[in-house]
Amino acid sequence: MSAVGLSIVVILGVMVGALLFAAGMIWFERRLLGVFQERYGPNRAGPFGVLQVVADMLKIFTKENWIPPFAEKAVFVVAPSIIMITTLASFAIIPIAPAILVSDIDIGLLFFLAMSSFAVYSVALAGWASNNKYSLLGSIRAVGQMVSYEVFMGLSLMGVVLMAGSFSMQDIVTAQKGLWNVVPQFVGFVVFFVAGLAETRRIPFDLPEAESELVAGYHTEYSGFKFAMFYVGEYIGITLISMMIVTLFFGGWQGPFLPPIVWFLIKTLAFVAFFILVRAALPRPRYDQLLAFGWKLMLPLALANLAVTGGIVLAVGR
Amino acid sequence: MWSLLRTLWITFRHSFAKRVTVLYPEVKRLLPPRWRGRIVLTRDPDGEERCVACYLCSAVCPVACIALQAGIDEKGRRKPDFFRINFSRCIYCGLCEEACPTFAIQLTPDYEMAEYERKNLVYEKEDLLISGTGKYPGYNFYKVSGMEISGKGKGEAENERPPVDVRSLLP
Repeated sequence: MSAVGLSIVVILGVMVGALLFAAGMIWFERRLLGVFQERYGPNRAGPFGVLQVVADMLKIFTKENWIPPFAEKAVFVVAPSIIMITTLASFAIIPIAPAILVSDIDIGLLFFLAMSSFAVYSVALAGWASNNKYSLLGSIRAVGQMVSYEVFMGLSLMGVVLMAGSFSMQDIVTAQKGLWNVVPQFVGFVVFFVAGLAETRRIPFDLPEAESELVAGYHTEYSGFKFAMFYVGEYIGITLISMMIVTLFFGGWQGPFLPPIVWFLIKTLAFVAFFILVRAALPRPRYDQLLAFGWKLMLPLALANLAVTGGIVLAVGR
Repeated sequence: MWSLLRTLWITFRHSFAKRVTVLYPEVKRLLPPRWRGRIVLTRDPDGEERCVACYLCSAVCPVACIALQAGIDEKGRRKPDFFRINFSRCIYCGLCEEACPTFAIQLTPDYEMAEYERKNLVYEKEDLLISGTGKYPGYNFYKVSGMEISGKGKGEAENERPPVDVRSLLP
Protein backbone atom coordinates (compact mmCIF):
# COMPACT_ATOMS: atom_id res chain seq x y z
CA MET A 1 0.00 0.00 0.00
CA SER A 2 1.25 3.45 -0.81
CA ALA A 3 2.02 6.03 1.89
CA VAL A 4 -0.97 8.12 0.84
CA GLY A 5 -3.30 5.15 1.09
CA LEU A 6 -1.94 4.27 4.51
CA SER A 7 -2.39 7.77 5.84
CA ILE A 8 -5.95 7.86 4.48
CA VAL A 9 -6.66 4.64 6.39
CA VAL A 10 -5.16 6.13 9.56
CA ILE A 11 -7.13 9.37 9.17
CA LEU A 12 -10.39 7.51 8.66
CA GLY A 13 -9.58 5.12 11.47
CA VAL A 14 -8.82 7.90 13.94
CA MET A 15 -11.90 9.90 12.93
CA VAL A 16 -14.34 6.98 13.00
CA GLY A 17 -12.67 5.69 16.14
CA ALA A 18 -13.07 9.04 17.88
CA LEU A 19 -16.74 9.26 16.88
CA LEU A 20 -17.43 5.69 17.97
CA PHE A 21 -15.62 6.33 21.23
CA ALA A 22 -17.76 9.42 21.79
CA ALA A 23 -20.93 7.48 21.01
CA GLY A 24 -19.90 4.71 23.37
CA MET A 25 -19.29 7.34 26.03
CA ILE A 26 -22.97 8.24 26.06
CA TRP A 27 -23.65 4.73 27.29
CA PHE A 28 -20.53 4.59 29.45
CA GLU A 29 -21.34 7.83 31.21
CA ARG A 30 -24.91 6.85 31.98
CA ARG A 31 -23.90 3.45 33.30
CA LEU A 32 -21.09 4.89 35.38
CA LEU A 33 -23.28 7.62 36.81
CA GLY A 34 -25.65 4.81 37.75
CA VAL A 35 -22.83 3.04 39.55
CA PHE A 36 -21.91 6.18 41.48
CA GLN A 37 -25.55 6.86 42.36
CA GLU A 38 -26.33 3.30 43.44
CA ARG A 39 -28.62 2.48 40.53
CA TYR A 40 -28.28 0.66 37.22
CA GLY A 41 -28.59 3.15 34.39
CA PRO A 42 -29.73 1.93 30.97
CA ASN A 43 -29.71 -1.86 31.01
CA ARG A 44 -32.61 -2.89 28.77
CA ALA A 45 -31.45 -2.50 25.15
CA GLY A 46 -28.97 -5.24 24.30
CA PRO A 47 -26.38 -6.72 26.68
CA PHE A 48 -25.81 -4.28 29.59
CA GLY A 49 -27.82 -1.70 27.64
CA VAL A 50 -25.11 -1.12 25.04
CA LEU A 51 -27.68 -0.71 22.27
CA GLN A 52 -29.03 2.30 24.15
CA VAL A 53 -26.51 4.27 22.08
CA VAL A 54 -28.25 3.14 18.89
CA ALA A 55 -31.64 4.00 20.34
CA ASP A 56 -30.44 7.45 21.42
CA MET A 57 -28.91 8.12 18.01
CA LEU A 58 -32.03 6.99 16.13
CA LYS A 59 -34.17 9.15 18.36
CA ILE A 60 -32.08 12.28 18.04
CA PHE A 61 -31.72 11.93 14.25
CA THR A 62 -35.45 11.48 13.71
CA LYS A 63 -36.31 14.59 15.71
CA GLU A 64 -37.51 17.64 13.85
CA ASN A 65 -34.55 19.64 12.63
CA TRP A 66 -36.02 23.01 13.42
CA ILE A 67 -34.59 26.45 12.77
CA PRO A 68 -36.38 29.15 14.72
CA PRO A 69 -37.83 31.88 12.48
CA PHE A 70 -36.14 34.60 14.55
CA ALA A 71 -32.69 33.01 14.28
CA GLU A 72 -29.82 34.13 12.06
CA LYS A 73 -30.07 31.15 9.72
CA ALA A 74 -26.63 30.80 8.16
CA VAL A 75 -24.72 31.30 11.40
CA PHE A 76 -27.19 29.14 13.28
CA VAL A 77 -26.48 26.22 10.94
CA VAL A 78 -22.71 26.72 10.81
CA ALA A 79 -22.13 27.07 14.56
CA PRO A 80 -22.56 23.42 15.64
CA SER A 81 -20.32 22.14 12.87
CA ILE A 82 -17.44 24.35 14.04
CA ILE A 83 -17.16 22.52 17.33
CA MET A 84 -17.21 19.15 15.55
CA ILE A 85 -14.57 20.19 13.04
CA THR A 86 -12.19 21.76 15.54
CA THR A 87 -12.39 18.92 18.03
CA LEU A 88 -12.04 16.25 15.37
CA ALA A 89 -9.12 18.14 13.83
CA SER A 90 -7.32 18.07 17.16
CA PHE A 91 -7.25 14.28 17.02
CA ALA A 92 -4.79 14.60 14.14
CA ILE A 93 -1.88 15.32 16.47
CA ILE A 94 -2.52 12.66 19.10
CA PRO A 95 -0.10 9.72 18.94
CA ILE A 96 -2.36 6.78 19.68
CA ALA A 97 0.46 4.32 19.08
CA PRO A 98 3.99 4.76 17.69
CA ALA A 99 2.70 4.17 14.16
CA ILE A 100 -0.89 5.39 14.47
CA LEU A 101 -0.61 9.14 14.20
CA VAL A 102 -2.24 11.24 11.54
CA SER A 103 0.36 13.98 11.48
CA ASP A 104 3.49 14.42 13.59
CA ILE A 105 3.79 18.16 13.00
CA ASP A 106 6.48 19.84 15.07
CA ILE A 107 3.99 22.37 16.53
CA GLY A 108 1.49 19.67 17.52
CA LEU A 109 0.72 21.12 20.92
CA LEU A 110 0.18 24.61 19.52
CA PHE A 111 -2.18 23.13 16.94
CA PHE A 112 -4.24 21.59 19.73
CA LEU A 113 -4.38 24.89 21.62
CA ALA A 114 -5.37 26.75 18.47
CA MET A 115 -8.15 24.29 17.72
CA SER A 116 -9.51 24.45 21.25
CA SER A 117 -9.56 28.24 20.93
CA PHE A 118 -11.60 27.93 17.76
CA ALA A 119 -14.22 25.93 19.65
CA VAL A 120 -15.15 29.16 21.43
CA TYR A 121 -16.53 30.51 18.15
CA SER A 122 -18.97 27.64 17.93
CA VAL A 123 -20.49 28.36 21.31
CA ALA A 124 -20.41 32.12 20.91
CA LEU A 125 -22.00 32.05 17.46
CA ALA A 126 -24.60 29.50 18.52
CA GLY A 127 -25.82 31.68 21.34
CA TRP A 128 -25.64 34.82 19.24
CA ALA A 129 -27.47 33.38 16.24
CA SER A 130 -30.22 31.85 18.34
CA ASN A 131 -31.47 35.36 19.10
CA ASN A 132 -32.73 34.24 22.47
CA LYS A 133 -31.83 35.81 25.78
CA TYR A 134 -30.97 32.54 27.51
CA SER A 135 -28.80 31.42 24.61
CA LEU A 136 -27.01 34.77 24.64
CA LEU A 137 -26.43 34.61 28.40
CA GLY A 138 -25.08 31.10 27.96
CA SER A 139 -22.69 32.08 25.24
CA ILE A 140 -21.52 35.16 27.13
CA ARG A 141 -20.64 32.88 30.03
CA ALA A 142 -19.05 30.37 27.66
CA VAL A 143 -16.84 32.98 26.04
CA GLY A 144 -15.76 34.43 29.39
CA GLN A 145 -15.05 31.00 30.80
CA MET A 146 -13.30 29.47 27.82
CA VAL A 147 -11.17 32.50 26.95
CA SER A 148 -9.91 32.91 30.50
CA TYR A 149 -9.29 29.20 31.06
CA GLU A 150 -7.49 28.91 27.73
CA VAL A 151 -4.81 31.28 28.97
CA PHE A 152 -3.47 29.03 31.68
CA MET A 153 -4.35 25.88 29.77
CA GLY A 154 -1.60 26.89 27.40
CA LEU A 155 0.71 28.03 30.20
CA SER A 156 0.27 24.79 32.13
CA LEU A 157 1.50 22.84 29.11
CA MET A 158 4.64 24.92 28.67
CA GLY A 159 6.29 23.05 31.52
CA VAL A 160 5.82 19.82 29.59
CA VAL A 161 7.25 21.46 26.50
CA LEU A 162 10.28 22.62 28.47
CA MET A 163 10.84 19.10 29.80
CA ALA A 164 10.66 17.58 26.33
CA GLY A 165 12.27 20.46 24.47
CA SER A 166 9.74 20.13 21.64
CA PHE A 167 6.17 20.91 20.71
CA SER A 168 5.87 17.64 18.81
CA MET A 169 3.57 15.19 20.57
CA GLN A 170 5.64 12.16 19.59
CA ASP A 171 8.74 13.77 21.13
CA ILE A 172 6.84 14.57 24.30
CA VAL A 173 5.75 10.94 24.62
CA THR A 174 9.24 9.57 24.04
CA ALA A 175 10.70 12.11 26.50
CA GLN A 176 8.60 10.43 29.23
CA LYS A 177 10.37 7.10 28.78
CA GLY A 178 11.95 7.09 32.22
CA LEU A 179 9.48 9.07 34.31
CA TRP A 180 5.97 10.13 33.45
CA ASN A 181 5.48 13.88 33.36
CA VAL A 182 2.81 13.69 36.04
CA VAL A 183 5.50 13.44 38.73
CA PRO A 184 7.70 16.45 37.88
CA GLN A 185 4.77 18.39 36.37
CA PHE A 186 2.07 17.58 38.93
CA VAL A 187 0.95 21.21 39.24
CA GLY A 188 0.79 21.48 35.47
CA PHE A 189 -1.32 18.33 35.37
CA VAL A 190 -3.82 19.66 37.91
CA VAL A 191 -4.09 23.01 36.18
CA PHE A 192 -4.49 21.37 32.78
CA PHE A 193 -7.16 19.03 34.12
CA VAL A 194 -9.18 21.91 35.57
CA ALA A 195 -8.76 23.90 32.37
CA GLY A 196 -9.80 20.86 30.37
CA LEU A 197 -12.97 20.53 32.42
CA ALA A 198 -13.74 24.18 31.68
CA GLU A 199 -12.91 23.86 27.97
CA THR A 200 -15.27 20.93 27.52
CA ARG A 201 -17.92 22.70 29.62
CA ARG A 202 -18.41 19.65 31.82
CA ILE A 203 -20.50 19.69 34.92
CA PRO A 204 -18.54 21.53 37.55
CA PHE A 205 -17.93 24.19 34.90
CA ASP A 206 -21.13 23.81 32.88
CA LEU A 207 -22.25 27.38 33.44
CA PRO A 208 -22.78 28.01 29.71
CA GLU A 209 -25.54 25.41 29.63
CA ALA A 210 -26.59 25.42 33.30
CA GLU A 211 -30.04 23.95 32.87
CA SER A 212 -31.27 25.09 36.26
CA GLU A 213 -30.63 28.73 35.36
CA LEU A 214 -30.46 29.10 31.58
CA VAL A 215 -32.81 26.39 30.20
CA ALA A 216 -29.99 24.86 28.14
CA GLY A 217 -27.74 27.86 27.63
CA TYR A 218 -26.25 28.35 24.21
CA HIS A 219 -28.00 25.35 22.63
CA THR A 220 -31.49 26.16 23.89
CA GLU A 221 -32.84 26.64 20.36
CA TYR A 222 -31.10 23.63 18.82
CA SER A 223 -32.80 20.35 18.05
CA GLY A 224 -32.32 17.20 16.03
CA PHE A 225 -29.07 16.74 14.16
CA LYS A 226 -27.65 20.14 15.07
CA PHE A 227 -28.18 19.46 18.75
CA ALA A 228 -26.59 16.05 18.28
CA MET A 229 -23.51 17.80 16.94
CA PHE A 230 -23.16 19.85 20.13
CA TYR A 231 -23.78 16.75 22.16
CA VAL A 232 -21.23 14.62 20.33
CA GLY A 233 -18.90 17.62 20.26
CA GLU A 234 -18.95 17.67 24.05
CA TYR A 235 -18.22 13.96 24.25
CA ILE A 236 -15.38 13.96 21.76
CA GLY A 237 -14.11 17.01 23.65
CA ILE A 238 -13.90 14.90 26.80
CA THR A 239 -12.21 12.12 24.84
CA LEU A 240 -9.76 14.62 23.42
CA ILE A 241 -8.88 16.15 26.79
CA SER A 242 -8.49 12.67 28.30
CA MET A 243 -6.19 11.65 25.46
CA MET A 244 -4.20 14.87 25.83
CA ILE A 245 -3.75 14.27 29.55
CA VAL A 246 -2.59 10.73 28.84
CA THR A 247 -0.21 11.85 26.13
CA LEU A 248 1.25 14.82 27.95
CA PHE A 249 1.38 13.62 31.54
CA PHE A 250 0.93 9.86 31.66
CA GLY A 251 3.40 8.56 29.14
CA GLY A 252 1.03 8.22 26.20
CA TRP A 253 1.13 4.78 24.68
CA GLN A 254 4.04 3.61 26.80
CA GLY A 255 3.56 0.68 29.15
CA PRO A 256 4.81 -2.83 29.77
CA PHE A 257 3.58 -6.11 28.21
CA LEU A 258 0.44 -4.92 26.42
CA PRO A 259 0.58 -3.37 22.93
CA PRO A 260 0.81 0.46 22.90
CA ILE A 261 -2.72 1.07 21.58
CA VAL A 262 -4.23 -0.99 24.43
CA TRP A 263 -2.25 0.98 27.02
CA PHE A 264 -3.36 4.21 25.41
CA LEU A 265 -7.02 3.21 25.46
CA ILE A 266 -6.85 1.94 29.05
CA LYS A 267 -5.34 5.21 30.27
CA THR A 268 -7.83 7.25 28.25
CA LEU A 269 -10.77 5.28 29.64
CA ALA A 270 -9.49 5.78 33.17
CA PHE A 271 -9.51 9.54 32.65
CA VAL A 272 -12.91 9.48 31.01
CA ALA A 273 -14.16 7.64 34.09
CA PHE A 274 -12.54 10.28 36.29
CA PHE A 275 -14.29 13.03 34.29
CA ILE A 276 -17.57 11.25 34.97
CA LEU A 277 -16.75 10.87 38.66
CA VAL A 278 -16.11 14.60 38.84
CA ARG A 279 -19.46 15.15 37.16
CA ALA A 280 -21.19 12.92 39.67
CA ALA A 281 -19.57 14.53 42.70
CA LEU A 282 -19.08 18.26 42.29
CA PRO A 283 -21.61 21.10 42.21
CA ARG A 284 -21.48 24.06 39.85
CA PRO A 285 -19.65 27.19 41.11
CA ARG A 286 -21.00 30.68 40.73
CA TYR A 287 -19.82 32.63 37.67
CA ASP A 288 -17.70 35.09 39.64
CA GLN A 289 -16.24 32.23 41.68
CA LEU A 290 -15.34 30.47 38.46
CA LEU A 291 -13.50 33.45 37.01
CA ALA A 292 -11.84 34.34 40.32
CA PHE A 293 -10.68 30.73 40.66
CA GLY A 294 -9.24 30.85 37.17
CA TRP A 295 -7.45 34.18 37.31
CA LYS A 296 -6.44 34.33 40.97
CA LEU A 297 -5.46 30.74 41.66
CA MET A 298 -4.92 28.74 38.48
CA LEU A 299 -3.06 31.37 36.46
CA PRO A 300 -0.48 32.15 39.21
CA LEU A 301 -0.06 28.41 39.79
CA ALA A 302 0.59 27.82 36.10
CA LEU A 303 3.02 30.75 35.94
CA ALA A 304 4.89 29.61 39.05
CA ASN A 305 5.07 26.10 37.66
CA LEU A 306 6.44 27.43 34.39
CA ALA A 307 9.01 29.63 36.16
CA VAL A 308 10.23 26.85 38.45
CA THR A 309 10.39 24.30 35.62
CA GLY A 310 12.22 26.78 33.43
CA GLY A 311 14.67 27.57 36.20
CA ILE A 312 15.42 23.91 36.89
CA VAL A 313 15.76 23.09 33.19
CA LEU A 314 18.15 26.04 32.80
CA ALA A 315 20.22 25.09 35.81
CA VAL A 316 20.35 21.32 35.48
CA GLY A 317 19.50 20.69 31.87
CA ARG A 318 16.91 18.17 30.85
CA MET B 1 -10.07 22.24 48.12
CA TRP B 2 -10.02 19.48 50.70
CA SER B 3 -13.81 19.28 50.67
CA LEU B 4 -13.76 18.80 46.88
CA LEU B 5 -11.43 15.81 47.17
CA ARG B 6 -13.52 14.43 50.02
CA THR B 7 -16.67 14.73 47.89
CA LEU B 8 -14.96 12.87 45.08
CA TRP B 9 -13.88 10.11 47.44
CA ILE B 10 -17.33 9.72 49.00
CA THR B 11 -18.95 9.54 45.58
CA PHE B 12 -16.40 6.98 44.48
CA ARG B 13 -17.08 4.89 47.57
CA HIS B 14 -20.74 4.78 46.64
CA SER B 15 -19.88 2.73 43.56
CA PHE B 16 -19.34 -0.25 45.86
CA ALA B 17 -22.63 0.15 47.68
CA LYS B 18 -25.61 -2.06 46.98
CA ARG B 19 -27.85 -0.71 44.25
CA VAL B 20 -31.27 0.38 45.39
CA THR B 21 -33.03 -0.14 42.07
CA VAL B 22 -35.59 -2.94 41.91
CA LEU B 23 -35.47 -4.38 38.38
CA TYR B 24 -39.21 -4.24 37.99
CA PRO B 25 -40.49 -6.68 35.39
CA GLU B 26 -38.12 -9.39 36.62
CA VAL B 27 -38.32 -8.61 40.34
CA LYS B 28 -41.64 -7.55 41.77
CA ARG B 29 -41.97 -5.93 45.13
CA LEU B 30 -44.06 -7.70 47.72
CA LEU B 31 -47.24 -5.69 48.16
CA PRO B 32 -49.03 -5.48 51.49
CA PRO B 33 -52.50 -7.12 51.47
CA ARG B 34 -54.20 -3.78 52.02
CA TRP B 35 -52.52 -2.22 48.98
CA ARG B 36 -55.00 -0.06 47.10
CA GLY B 37 -54.93 -1.31 43.53
CA ARG B 38 -57.41 -2.62 40.96
CA ILE B 39 -61.01 -2.49 42.22
CA VAL B 40 -63.09 -5.68 42.20
CA LEU B 41 -66.68 -6.58 43.01
CA THR B 42 -66.84 -9.63 45.26
CA ARG B 43 -69.50 -12.32 45.74
CA ASP B 44 -70.92 -13.70 48.95
CA PRO B 45 -70.08 -17.27 50.04
CA ASP B 46 -73.09 -18.59 48.09
CA GLY B 47 -71.77 -17.13 44.87
CA GLU B 48 -74.31 -14.30 44.59
CA GLU B 49 -73.29 -10.73 43.96
CA ARG B 50 -72.75 -8.76 47.14
CA CYS B 51 -73.47 -5.40 45.63
CA VAL B 52 -76.88 -4.03 46.54
CA ALA B 53 -76.61 -0.97 44.28
CA CYS B 54 -76.91 1.53 47.12
CA TYR B 55 -74.93 4.22 45.17
CA LEU B 56 -72.78 5.03 48.22
CA CYS B 57 -69.52 4.26 46.37
CA SER B 58 -70.60 6.33 43.43
CA ALA B 59 -71.60 9.19 45.73
CA VAL B 60 -68.38 9.17 47.73
CA CYS B 61 -66.04 8.83 44.76
CA PRO B 62 -64.09 12.12 44.61
CA VAL B 63 -63.43 11.85 40.88
CA ALA B 64 -66.85 10.42 39.99
CA CYS B 65 -65.43 7.43 38.18
CA ILE B 66 -68.08 4.92 39.34
CA ALA B 67 -71.36 4.69 37.46
CA LEU B 68 -74.11 2.19 38.20
CA GLN B 69 -77.85 1.61 37.80
CA ALA B 70 -79.91 -0.17 40.45
CA GLY B 71 -82.35 -2.95 39.59
CA ILE B 72 -84.25 -5.73 41.35
CA ASP B 73 -83.85 -9.34 40.31
CA GLU B 74 -86.46 -12.15 40.38
CA LYS B 75 -85.59 -13.08 44.00
CA GLY B 76 -86.30 -9.58 45.18
CA ARG B 77 -82.66 -8.67 45.72
CA ARG B 78 -81.30 -5.30 44.71
CA LYS B 79 -78.55 -5.61 42.15
CA PRO B 80 -76.75 -3.22 39.81
CA ASP B 81 -78.03 -3.48 36.24
CA PHE B 82 -74.69 -2.13 35.13
CA PHE B 83 -71.64 -1.20 37.16
CA ARG B 84 -68.90 0.73 35.45
CA ILE B 85 -65.57 2.02 36.79
CA ASN B 86 -63.46 4.30 34.66
CA PHE B 87 -59.93 3.40 35.78
CA SER B 88 -58.41 6.20 33.75
CA ARG B 89 -59.99 8.53 36.28
CA CYS B 90 -59.76 6.42 39.41
CA ILE B 91 -57.27 7.72 41.97
CA TYR B 92 -57.30 4.54 44.08
CA CYS B 93 -58.22 6.44 47.23
CA GLY B 94 -60.22 3.54 48.67
CA LEU B 95 -63.17 5.68 49.76
CA CYS B 96 -65.58 3.43 47.84
CA GLU B 97 -64.35 0.44 49.82
CA GLU B 98 -64.85 2.36 53.07
CA ALA B 99 -68.34 3.45 52.08
CA CYS B 100 -69.56 0.05 50.94
CA PRO B 101 -72.07 -1.39 53.49
CA THR B 102 -71.88 -4.93 52.12
CA PHE B 103 -68.09 -5.37 51.55
CA ALA B 104 -68.88 -5.78 47.87
CA ILE B 105 -66.39 -3.30 46.40
CA GLN B 106 -62.77 -3.95 47.39
CA LEU B 107 -59.35 -2.80 46.32
CA THR B 108 -56.76 -5.46 45.50
CA PRO B 109 -52.95 -5.50 45.39
CA ASP B 110 -52.73 -5.40 41.59
CA TYR B 111 -51.49 -2.42 39.63
CA GLU B 112 -50.54 -3.91 36.25
CA MET B 113 -53.46 -2.68 34.23
CA ALA B 114 -51.79 -0.54 31.57
CA GLU B 115 -53.58 -0.37 28.23
CA TYR B 116 -52.75 1.03 24.82
CA GLU B 117 -56.20 2.56 24.40
CA ARG B 118 -57.83 4.71 26.98
CA LYS B 119 -61.29 3.28 26.45
CA ASN B 120 -60.02 -0.14 27.47
CA LEU B 121 -59.61 1.23 30.97
CA VAL B 122 -63.38 1.45 31.41
CA TYR B 123 -64.27 -1.77 33.24
CA GLU B 124 -67.83 -3.14 33.10
CA LYS B 125 -69.48 -5.33 35.74
CA GLU B 126 -68.30 -8.54 34.05
CA ASP B 127 -64.69 -7.30 34.25
CA LEU B 128 -65.01 -6.24 37.86
CA LEU B 129 -66.81 -9.27 39.31
CA ILE B 130 -64.60 -11.97 40.79
CA SER B 131 -65.82 -15.41 41.83
CA GLY B 132 -64.52 -15.23 45.41
CA THR B 133 -65.31 -13.31 48.56
CA GLY B 134 -62.21 -11.13 48.71
CA LYS B 135 -61.00 -9.99 52.11
CA TYR B 136 -64.15 -10.96 54.06
CA PRO B 137 -64.67 -14.70 53.54
CA GLY B 138 -67.73 -15.50 55.64
CA TYR B 139 -69.85 -12.41 55.16
CA ASN B 140 -73.23 -12.56 53.47
CA PHE B 141 -75.28 -9.39 53.69
CA TYR B 142 -78.71 -10.97 53.15
CA LYS B 143 -77.99 -13.61 55.82
CA VAL B 144 -77.55 -10.93 58.49
CA SER B 145 -79.92 -8.23 57.36
CA GLY B 146 -83.64 -8.11 58.11
CA MET B 147 -84.42 -7.53 54.46
CA GLU B 148 -87.03 -9.90 53.05
CA ILE B 149 -86.09 -11.77 49.89
CA SER B 150 -87.41 -14.92 48.29
CA GLY B 151 -86.23 -17.96 50.24
CA LYS B 152 -85.84 -15.94 53.43
CA GLY B 153 -88.66 -14.27 55.23
CA LYS B 154 -88.64 -11.69 58.02
CA GLY B 155 -86.90 -12.81 61.17
CA GLU B 156 -85.03 -15.69 59.59
CA ALA B 157 -81.65 -14.03 59.38
CA GLU B 158 -78.75 -14.91 61.68
CA ASN B 159 -78.97 -13.47 65.22
CA GLU B 160 -82.49 -12.36 64.45
CA ARG B 161 -85.60 -13.25 66.34
CA PRO B 162 -88.95 -13.77 64.62
CA PRO B 163 -90.93 -10.56 64.27
CA VAL B 164 -93.18 -9.70 67.18
CA ASP B 165 -96.85 -9.09 66.46
CA VAL B 166 -97.06 -5.65 68.01
CA ARG B 167 -100.82 -5.91 68.33
CA SER B 168 -100.39 -8.75 70.86
CA LEU B 169 -98.52 -6.37 73.16
CA LEU B 170 -101.49 -4.09 73.42
CA PRO B 171 -103.13 -4.02 76.80
